[in-house]
Amino acid sequence: MLSIENLKAKVNDKEVLKGIDLKIKAGEVHAIMGPNGSGKSSLSKVLAGHPAYEVESGDVKFDVNFEMKSILDWEPEERAREGIFLAFQYPIEVPGVSNITFLRLAFNAICRHQGASEMNEEEFRKFVAKKSEIVKLNPDFLDRAVNEGFSGGEKKRNEILQMAVLNPRLAVLDETDSGLDIDSLRIVAEGVNRLRNKNNAIVLITHYQRLLDYIVPDFVHVLAGGKIVKSGDKTLAHKLEKEGYDWLLQ
Amino acid sequence: MNPFENEYKHGFVTTIEEDAAPKGLNEEIIRFISAKKNEPEWLLDYRLSAFAQWKKMKEPDWAGLKYPPIDYQAIRYYAAPKSVSEKKKSLDELDPELLKTFERLGIPLQEQKRISGVAVDAVFDSVSLGTTHKETLAKAGVIFCSISEAVQEHPELVRKYLGSVVPVADNYFAALNAAVFTDGSFCYVPKGVKCPLDLSTYFRINAQESGQFERTLLVADAGSFVNYLEGCTAPQRDENQLHAAVVELIAMDDAEINYSTVQNWYAGDRQGLGGIYNFVTKRGKALGKNARITWTQVEAGSAITWKYPSCILQGDNSSGAFYSVALTHDKMQADTGTKMIHVGKNTKSTIISKGISTGESVNAYRGQVKIMPRAEGARNYSQCDSMLVGARCAANTFPVIEVQNDSSTVEHEASTSRISEEQLFYLKSRGLDQEETISMLVNGFCKDVFKQLPLEFSVEAVKLIEMKLENSVG
Repeated sequence: MLSIENLKAKVNDKEVLKGIDLKIKAGEVHAIMGPNGSGKSSLSKVLAGHPAYEVESGDVKFDVNFEMKSILDWEPEERAREGIFLAFQYPIEVPGVSNITFLRLAFNAICRHQGASEMNEEEFRKFVAKKSEIVKLNPDFLDRAVNEGFSGGEKKRNEILQMAVLNPRLAVLDETDSGLDIDSLRIVAEGVNRLRNKNNAIVLITHYQRLLDYIVPDFVHVLAGGKIVKSGDKTLAHKLEKEGYDWLLQ
Repeated sequence: MNPFENEYKHGFVTTIEEDAAPKGLNEEIIRFISAKKNEPEWLLDYRLSAFAQWKKMKEPDWAGLKYPPIDYQAIRYYAAPKSVSEKKKSLDELDPELLKTFERLGIPLQEQKRISGVAVDAVFDSVSLGTTHKETLAKAGVIFCSISEAVQEHPELVRKYLGSVVPVADNYFAALNAAVFTDGSFCYVPKGVKCPLDLSTYFRINAQESGQFERTLLVADAGSFVNYLEGCTAPQRDENQLHAAVVELIAMDDAEINYSTVQNWYAGDRQGLGGIYNFVTKRGKALGKNARITWTQVEAGSAITWKYPSCILQGDNSSGAFYSVALTHDKMQADTGTKMIHVGKNTKSTIISKGISTGESVNAYRGQVKIMPRAEGARNYSQCDSMLVGARCAANTFPVIEVQNDSSTVEHEASTSRISEEQLFYLKSRGLDQEETISMLVNGFCKDVFKQLPLEFSVEAVKLIEMKLENSVG
């Protein structure tokens, strides 16, 4: 579904990705771990098309109607419409715009692109109310401005709600576990597990093994210095938890 | 060509023979204007006295606006299409060039093409070309015509109310306007009449080196109701042009006036060359009990905007409101806000101001809420929000609150936010394109103001703001 080939990218003239190779198939969950500054968040931003990141070489291909297409020239919204979703590490506040309006406009933009029928306000409200149960968000949230005045945990849950509503084929979760207490972590993880199916793929970017106790990955990759230095199965995460990253960095 | 400049789609010039006064300002010019309009003696005296006072006044600089000194002798104070200036014609007999101009601006004037539900007074440079839907209005007893015509047809009303809200020497630009005003609209809604149509005036500056000094006077008699809309555009030129208008509203007992403006004068190019200097005095007097005046404005044009639509809440239980969206881009400067003067008991005022600054522009809210000793139980609520786009623009808020009794309530809220690259990326990463993103942000920010506008006007205003923002953000 996703193929990253020798990807090199820089931001503010600093090279942050130094040749990444990664293949992800539908139905898989990949965890990407690594120390601070290793390029984990950069990778997620490049996948979503952040304008500040410049790809120097390599390619990122995504399955569109059974054909692998390079997405590097696509605008962020084009990637989103094809089914790529990034749950932000620090979700952005959007004063004045209510969650429900934002979600509906985004949902309908994606439906339009995919040739699905759009929903009116009433239908959408019912649809979202159901989805909010997945992350146990009180429906009041829908009428509040996007992320404004939300606690850290609420913001992260809101990201997963967006994922539930937009139903992406590839979801990249950038440190969705950071700043969450144990209850919120469980809610978010259970939410993600419920959204996991054989047609979509999930990339979990995390510092900690903890999240992986709840969302069990098929593959674990260690990113260091802008490269994947080690890949393995879920046992790799346990080893990292015990031994740290040092043994990989030498 | 710069794609941005192309976007000012009202920037065209109408080629037409104009009858114009020579440049300069003196008593002779004032007599010339007065004679052109065949005015009675009292009005000429009014003008001359205003001129005498203006000469003694100083151009205000407290708003801190930056512009080269205006040479008042380099302006033409009267310009009118020759065909109209010489002989008044019905709208259907107008020079086709003029009809075409208004059609291009989206305001067809001919009988069969007119917009239903809205009566229009079309002002071109210094003259009104005429008003539409006169018959329907006349049936309801509503007078709606150009102020020049009102001076001829209803001199007693004009004389009674002209300058009663904005005195001749109120301020520098109001005094200048009183001396040289040329045209504008006049409206009188009689007792108990709900005006059957929305009224509107469309102001168009066309002639080069001319200024536009419009004068509008609206009187809503007891128990009446009127919606009034105002739109403005001008050609795209490298020289600055002066627009100094005065608008006076009077609302009697239980009367209601809603005055909405979408101002889109040419704002100059990206480097700040050209554009309209918009120095405007707008004030309403809620004279009677329970009178209501609402100003709603969308200020999206002009190189400089200096404008404070205000309310004097004289009648007990009267109320005033000011809803404003001001957008500045590139090198534009806007200093706008309101004054709410509470005189009567239990008077109420609401101020909702939304400023959006982009580019290197400067956007200020300047407001005064004054509650007089007798205004017991007065209430004010003010909310002033600024949105910054990019790092080189500025937004300022200067609220002054003065309360002279202790039974009144005043609330003031203010906020500043910034549209950042991160915000745009976040929204786009959910599937919204640039246009949808900007539109959503603007609608979210301005919805409290947009919902005050009549529907059609609101759609236009939203489109205008979105278009201007897309150009400055994209």
